[in-house]
Amino acid sequence: MDRIYLDYAASTPIDKRVIDEMLPFFSTVFGNPSSMHYFGQKAEGAVELARQRIQNALNAQDYDVIFTSGGTESDNLALRGMALKERNERGSNRILISGVEHHAVLATAEQLKKYYGFELELLRVDVNGKLDISQFINTIDNNVAVVSVIYANNEIGTINPINEIAMICRDKEIPFHTDAVQAVAHLEINMSSNEIDLLSFGAHKFYGPKGVGALLKKKDIELLPQITGGMQERGSRAGTHNVPYIMGMVKALELVIDEREFDSTRLKILRDKLIEEVLKKIQGSKLTGDPVDRLPNHASFVIDGVNGNDLLIALDIAGFAVSSGSACKVGNPTPSDVLLAIGLEPALAMGSIRVTLGKTTTINEVNNFLSALAQVVDSIRKSKSGVL
Amino acid sequence: MNHKAKVVVAMSGGVDSSVAAALLVEQEYDVVGMMLKLWTGECELEANACCTPESIGEARSVAVALNIPFYVIDAKDIFKQHVVDQFISSYQRGLTPNPCFICNQTVKWEYLLSKANQIGADYLATGHYAQIIEDEVHVYHLLKGIDEQKDQSYILAGLTQKKLCRTLLPLGKLKKNDVREIAVRYCFNVARKPDSQDLCFTGKSGYRAFLATYGSQEKSPGVIRNVAGETVGEHQGLASYTIGQRKGLGSGYKVPQYVISKNIDLNELVIGTEDQLGSKSFQVSQINWISGFAPTHPKEYWVKIRYKANPVLCSVEDINADALNIVVENKIRDATPGQIAVFYDDNEVIGSGVIISTEGE
Repeated sequence: MDRIYLDYAASTPIDKRVIDEMLPFFSTVFGNPSSMHYFGQKAEGAVELARQRIQNALNAQDYDVIFTSGGTESDNLALRGMALKERNERGSNRILISGVEHHAVLATAEQLKKYYGFELELLRVDVNGKLDISQFINTIDNNVAVVSVIYANNEIGTINPINEIAMICRDKEIPFHTDAVQAVAHLEINMSSNEIDLLSFGAHKFYGPKGVGALLKKKDIELLPQITGGMQERGSRAGTHNVPYIMGMVKALELVIDEREFDSTRLKILRDKLIEEVLKKIQGSKLTGDPVDRLPNHASFVIDGVNGNDLLIALDIAGFAVSSGSACKVGNPTPSDVLLAIGLEPALAMGSIRVTLGKTTTINEVNNFLSALAQVVDSIRKSKSGVL
Repeated sequence: MNHKAKVVVAMSGGVDSSVAAALLVEQEYDVVGMMLKLWTGECELEANACCTPESIGEARSVAVALNIPFYVIDAKDIFKQHVVDQFISSYQRGLTPNPCFICNQTVKWEYLLSKANQIGADYLATGHYAQIIEDEVHVYHLLKGIDEQKDQSYILAGLTQKKLCRTLLPLGKLKKNDVREIAVRYCFNVARKPDSQDLCFTGKSGYRAFLATYGSQEKSPGVIRNVAGETVGEHQGLASYTIGQRKGLGSGYKVPQYVISKNIDLNELVIGTEDQLGSKSFQVSQINWISGFAPTHPKEYWVKIRYKANPVLCSVEDINADALNIVVENKIRDATPGQIAVFYDDNEVIGSGVIISTEGE
């Protein structure tokens, strides 16, 4: 069976050019970057060069690049590292996050509330999942240790007005973090023209390897390290550098930025066709997330009377790989927090499906998917109304 | 194009269901593995509980080895409602329910079958040791598994024709040793895994501890009487006693005392000596005749009153449309309200019913 992958927001295949970039660092340049000798120096040189290349790619000369094991670790370091540091320095005790964060942020913030005594508040979003700016302005005060708002939502694709939110935080001198895991692959991010203090991403969302990511941190900000040990990453994150993966991430980032304009234009056409056809063909379907300010590769829906997991299984058996939301929540039967936060009824929220396109997605694949979806929804509805 | 028949196999990560899946692949079915994520309360991570991350991992590795898709299906709510809540309330009413029997009826052959329907599967398969045979007039017969020691037909005796005709039991003609050998041949990691013993949702601490945690905390004490009707003590609630039970009745009796019966209406426990134990007849309701039709009575069958009980010869008489009177030659000591009686004609399951009372000398 020819299988069609339409879950690029969950993960992407590593670009061949990225693999080539990584290979020497598994064997030839294998030294520990912290070693003093020739082998160590070669590896350390590569890591430092990688750091500069990331700064250049994102115009982030004013930022430290902290290499981590991925988006989730970056989110953890930003939130926990910032909250604990700020409370220590300023006594601030509130954490503000949006109501539509990825679990990497939400669960970390909830732990900070439960075990560290922080007050956690979930900021309101509108029906498309965008932050309610006026409520945010009324909520933020000097007692806030850190604000975290997702750049572009993984489940519903909505892009937040991040620069505006960052500016509000800057005015109040409150540290601002954004989870840009989905955004980096698709949106132009210029760190010299925004007020973001901390930005997280992971490489496997943009054709790089899994298990590597970075946190960009404004140079004048200090974080409490979450992984302690050696003095790697200037003390921000201990542990021997994953040199080949770091090299792969850098190459992947450069490539995705070089090719973004071309890819985005193409993906938007496919995405819009997909959205239009689903809404037309599938009775009871509804787009979730912002219709305009959304990731160019991202289409997400709820379908009335159909369980998202049932839909996923049936589509998988038909050869189409999609998601019902976040890959981190599979098997969890409760409706997504994100979909509830945008005001969907729990029953309708159970019928969610996310289709995310990638570099190699073709119009044929989209068309085949559309007819498979119509068939599968039809047969699930029929089997539900029928007798056993 | 020649479509292979599609079958959903219920996988637990254990030896039996893994081998069942392997055999179906060998028989060239289009196989899809599914595991039901059931409600497990607080014993979620215990090794013996079902659907632990570990058992999901084991089933996943079997599925990968067989190159079949495998999905974990959430059934927590439906299992809690149909099986666990029923279990708790039955015990509180003084009954001794059989949750596995009910799970098969209401969760596996209902909810999982509906999931199979949704993906257009023709059959549902499990790793039970029992056989289903279709006769020339398309009636499906449920038979014991070849391996007498492992036979699980008892637990399937609640299934109806509509369900049996959709069911495949690939292990019915195999012995457990053969199954283990097949698992070894496939290099399944689970080949040596011991059989599960406890109820999947109560865990190692057992059902009493479970009921203490999840059941009503309210005690409903009542009177303990002897067979002659004299009050001999007080019990702390009928839920804590099973018929035939010897322990926990207090001390100070001249001869060992046993629970003879429970009068659920009066909240009374009747105890007596070993020779007073047992009854020559008991009554069942919620009858399921496998063929779909009641045979003409009176008729003689072998009856099993528990999964591991020895079958005894009985005659079955109609009481009314919904209830039967079962008469045995020698007293049975532990026929217990709530338990399932399964009727056999030689190796074939004829039907089943829920024991409602034990009366008659």
